[in-house]
Amino acid sequence: MTAETQVTAQSVDPERRIAGLTSGGWRCAATAIAILVAVVLPWTLGSFQTFQITLVLFYAIAILGLNILTGFNGQFSLGHSAFFAIGAYTTAILVERYGVSTYLTIPVAGGLGFAAGFLFGFPALRLSGLYLALATFALSVATPQLLKYNHFEDFTGGVQGINLLKDSAPFDLPFSVDQWWYYVTLAITLFAFWMARNLINSRTGRAIMAIRDNPIAAATMGVNTALYKTLTFGVSALLTAVAGALSAIVVEYVAPDSFTFVLSVYFLIGLVIGGVGWIPGAVIGGAFVLYVPNLAEGISTGLAGVLFGVIILLVIYLMPSGAAGLVRLGITHLRRRLDRDNNKA
Amino acid sequence: MTGAAVPLLDVEDVRVTFGGIVALDGVSFSVQRGAIAGLIGPNGAGKTTLFNCISRIYQADSGSIRVDGKPIFDSPIHGISKVGLGRTFQNLALFGKLSVLDNVLIGAHARTMGNFVSDALRLLGMRRRETALRDEAMALLEELRLDDIAGETVAALPFGTQKRVELARALSAKPTLLMLDEPAGGLNHDEVEEFKDVVRRIRDHRHISILLVEHHMNLVMSVSDQVVVLNFGRKIAEGTPTEVQSNPSVIDAYLGSGHETEAH
Ligand SMILES: Nc1ncnc2c1ncn2[C@@H]1O[C@H](COP(=O)(O)OP(=O)(O)OP(=O)(O)O)[C@@H](O)[C@H]1O
Ligand SMILES: [Mg+2]
Repeated sequence: MTAETQVTAQSVDPERRIAGLTSGGWRCAATAIAILVAVVLPWTLGSFQTFQITLVLFYAIAILGLNILTGFNGQFSLGHSAFFAIGAYTTAILVERYGVSTYLTIPVAGGLGFAAGFLFGFPALRLSGLYLALATFALSVATPQLLKYNHFEDFTGGVQGINLLKDSAPFDLPFSVDQWWYYVTLAITLFAFWMARNLINSRTGRAIMAIRDNPIAAATMGVNTALYKTLTFGVSALLTAVAGALSAIVVEYVAPDSFTFVLSVYFLIGLVIGGVGWIPGAVIGGAFVLYVPNLAEGISTGLAGVLFGVIILLVIYLMPSGAAGLVRLGITHLRRRLDRDNNKA
Repeated sequence: MTGAAVPLLDVEDVRVTFGGIVALDGVSFSVQRGAIAGLIGPNGAGKTTLFNCISRIYQADSGSIRVDGKPIFDSPIHGISKVGLGRTFQNLALFGKLSVLDNVLIGAHARTMGNFVSDALRLLGMRRRETALRDEAMALLEELRLDDIAGETVAALPFGTQKRVELARALSAKPTLLMLDEPAGGLNHDEVEEFKDVVRRIRDHRHISILLVEHHMNLVMSVSDQVVVLNFGRKIAEGTPTEVQSNPSVIDAYLGSGHETEAH
């Protein structure tokens, strides 16, 4: 074997160890550290900051949902604010109008989100690229208006929206309300990311990505492309609706103007900043869309929007594949350096 | 039906038009189980169109195609893999952003199980099945000397390698009939010689019948049991390689069209 082929073989060798860990081992370690940090974090933060990182988490779930659809399946959506709204209103209405347990409303919101996404997936089959972007845009423009519509007002609360109150921690657990809902959101977030990772690394996930890369070839391999695309739309909307349900609980308020198409654009920004087609990127994207607008606001209230825009441009210019690209680049550099050191030794 | 064995592939009077162009004009032939059948003809003769018809990508205007006696024209595209038909594409149709291994794993889609719920929650022995499938795919990659690049993204690979990945992906489905559309495109002389063995081994060891479209005459004539010749959408000859090579209308078609037979 020549030196050159050895290097290529090494770069994909799953058994290869760096500092005693395989690449899978490193991934496990990074995940464990991230989870540990997430668990400890609220104890070092005040209640407002805890509230804020809870928002980051449910944004991350929503962006994860969008990533599965857009990043992995290649279907564009500017309509995810609508699915987010479905989740939020499901929870608010069930809790406030029907006295349903807050926890129970979360899976119900997910189920309704799935149904809505799955149904919207059918017309989406006939649309691609820009046309799908337009159709989903129409969806997110229509949503706040429908929520305000006076015939639905008994349900939706019209322009006023609905206020609700979040439950405090059960069984006298030693958590503040904010901490408790942070941990509930964290648990759901971890579960969502675990499922997404399983899905993407499975037969189903490969079929989803195959459709993105070449629909005809995917069908030739036996993938029922229409079914997979509509189901992917459903799963994507499910996640985003769950995020919406959590937002209603955590923010204790839903109103039509929280779910305009601007929210869809925020999800899209989060997706691109985190890295299209990279699962952990959704957390980074979530943090970006939560903190950066606040940061811009802090610097100059009058020019906050401009600053936010400039920051986005800078980030995209500096890391064109989002955080995903940056992480990949870092790993490649680290590997090269280690290879060089090993060769010297 | 006569007493003869039902052919594996039976193409009958197939006609395909695109607007005014008649791409296939009443083409009929059959391929027996265990055969390697060559399908040749000058550029634009309709070979790829026929493949697309058999794999349900194109809709025939009339005629019928049967696989193992069963008509396939009411099957959707994603159904043909279940019927036992596998293929490669002339102009490559790989999943470019995915790894070589993933491409090959997707080849096995139709013969494996799983759904969104079982895969997301890792239910029903999904992990065990996944491991077995990966081992199988790696063995296949090794056989086609692609194991060193199993983790590489497909789009970055050279054309010839991508062609081999297409072959691996098609084999991973374990088809009964494999349709190869110009698989030797871009290969040099030695590689073509090697490819002859690859084709024969697929038939002899995997018991897969083959329908081979190629412009490399030497390749087609040396591996095929039977050769079908198309020209301008019509079948102009059929027979053993020797019969076809001495057929005057075949010689005419190739000389008359002025095409370089070793092109592409
Ligand atoms: N999708 C299509 N739309 C319109 N015309 C088409 C289409 N596909 C094929 N044709 C036409 O049908 C005829 C047969 O083309 P086909 O690709 O089947 O030829 P071929 O035998 O595979 O040629 P080659 O050896 O160059 O690959 C050509 O005239 C081609 O232009
Ligand atoms: Mg062709």
